[in-house]
Amino acid sequence: MTIKQVKTAGGFSFENHTRNAALETKGVKPPKATSTGTTIVGVIYDNGVCLGADTRATEGPIVADKNCEKIHYLSPNLYCCGAGTAADTEFTTNMISSQLELHRLSTGRKTRVVTAMTLLKQMLFRYQGHIGAALVLGGFDINGPQLYTIYPHGSTDKLPYVTMGSGSLAAMSVFESKWKPGLNREEAIELVSEAIRAGIFNDLGSGSNVDVCVIEENSTDYLRNHDKPNERALKEQSYKFPRGTTAVLKESIRNFVDVSEGDAMDMS
Amino acid sequence: MSIMEYNGGSVVAMVGKNCVAIAADKRLGQQFMTVSTNFQKIFSATEKTYIGLPGLATDVLTLSERFRFNINMYKMEEERDIEPKTLAHMISSTLYQRRFGPYFVEPVVAGLSKDNKPFICAMDLIGCINFAKDFVVSGTASQNLYGMCESLWQPDLEPEDLFETISQALLNAQDRDALSGWGAIVHVITPERVVTRSLKSRQVSANRIDY
Repeated sequence: MTIKQVKTAGGFSFENHTRNAALETKGVKPPKATSTGTTIVGVIYDNGVCLGADTRATEGPIVADKNCEKIHYLSPNLYCCGAGTAADTEFTTNMISSQLELHRLSTGRKTRVVTAMTLLKQMLFRYQGHIGAALVLGGFDINGPQLYTIYPHGSTDKLPYVTMGSGSLAAMSVFESKWKPGLNREEAIELVSEAIRAGIFNDLGSGSNVDVCVIEENSTDYLRNHDKPNERALKEQSYKFPRGTTAVLKESIRNFVDVSEGDAMDMS
Repeated sequence: MSIMEYNGGSVVAMVGKNCVAIAADKRLGQQFMTVSTNFQKIFSATEKTYIGLPGLATDVLTLSERFRFNINMYKMEEERDIEPKTLAHMISSTLYQRRFGPYFVEPVVAGLSKDNKPFICAMDLIGCINFAKDFVVSGTASQNLYGMCESLWQPDLEPEDLFETISQALLNAQDRDALSGWGAIVHVITPERVVTRSLKSRQVSANRIDY
């Protein structure tokens, strides 16, 4: 069996599309990818921006990951929360992060939030909503703290407080009742945590822990699992099986050996 | 019928104390008809890293060859073995490249890194990686496996205990899945050796109460 194997250039490949379309006409349902039925939020406060996210990833009704990371790195002063198709949010933010790094190397300046926002919206618009990434972008540049939402079709909003994902309504209800202008850092973190907790407890697509990211002029603090309202209790007994429980038909052992020939290379 | 269930099959991987284990069933089917009872779903990438590929058999074959090619190219260019984490990203990129015309597989990677740290992860069919510290499951019995692993797994299992735990998790999960079964294979990877065992299991399609 030989297949033509070549290193491919960038971009999407549609080599399987005809086959998959043919399967679909024969009544085969296309399978679903991991999606992050999510709660993600962001708030601007007096001297920074605070992002928040839950940590549940789902595949249909099954919880695929109980502690995933939904706040993605874009640049040292920019982070981005992702909701929607998990692979799309992951790869879109990675791609833009790489472009921003090159842009930074070429200009020698701190990345601006609008730059990231424009790159993201242009990429998503180009794919006409087929890349299912719904994002909350937050960052700090020479124009101060800024916060955007970006929808899968490429539209954007610029607001002082935002929510996205399936838990956006629960989270927004917290913001609408408790947000006020001129919050300080601690108040912002607590408000964001409370909004995420509203999503975790009231939206079935969201769950587990609260991740927070605080970006200020000269600091970025990624508070992974800032709040853990759903810690699993320790098992009181063990299900450990006695050795030899499982019937084995055949066993093969592959021992590793250290191969060393002559003296090590002189690296000085 | 989803295309992911066409051929059937399941893979599970678990972390133990300085070791990892990966296990899969051996069935290849065409919907409810069993075609082969010795179909390979786990492929070795390096000495200490294995890839599990449950899903559409044609894509399992295509991708196992493609990955073998990429792994060999990496080894020749870098003059070292690929790390499990790097391998996971290579697989992930290969799948995401076909975002709009995917391969129907949900890979699992299990291995030890160069400093013998355990690594496991699972992916969906378009390459979204799920890094787990405990266990990952994939395939037609994945829901059953979630239930088994969530109750049987515990931290810091020694290689021999990890073998019993992963074997019982897989065996009991596949006995409740009509599309998985007909034997099982388990690899336990430790810094010193890889122990591969074929398990004795119920040689039937599970639960023939289908009227």
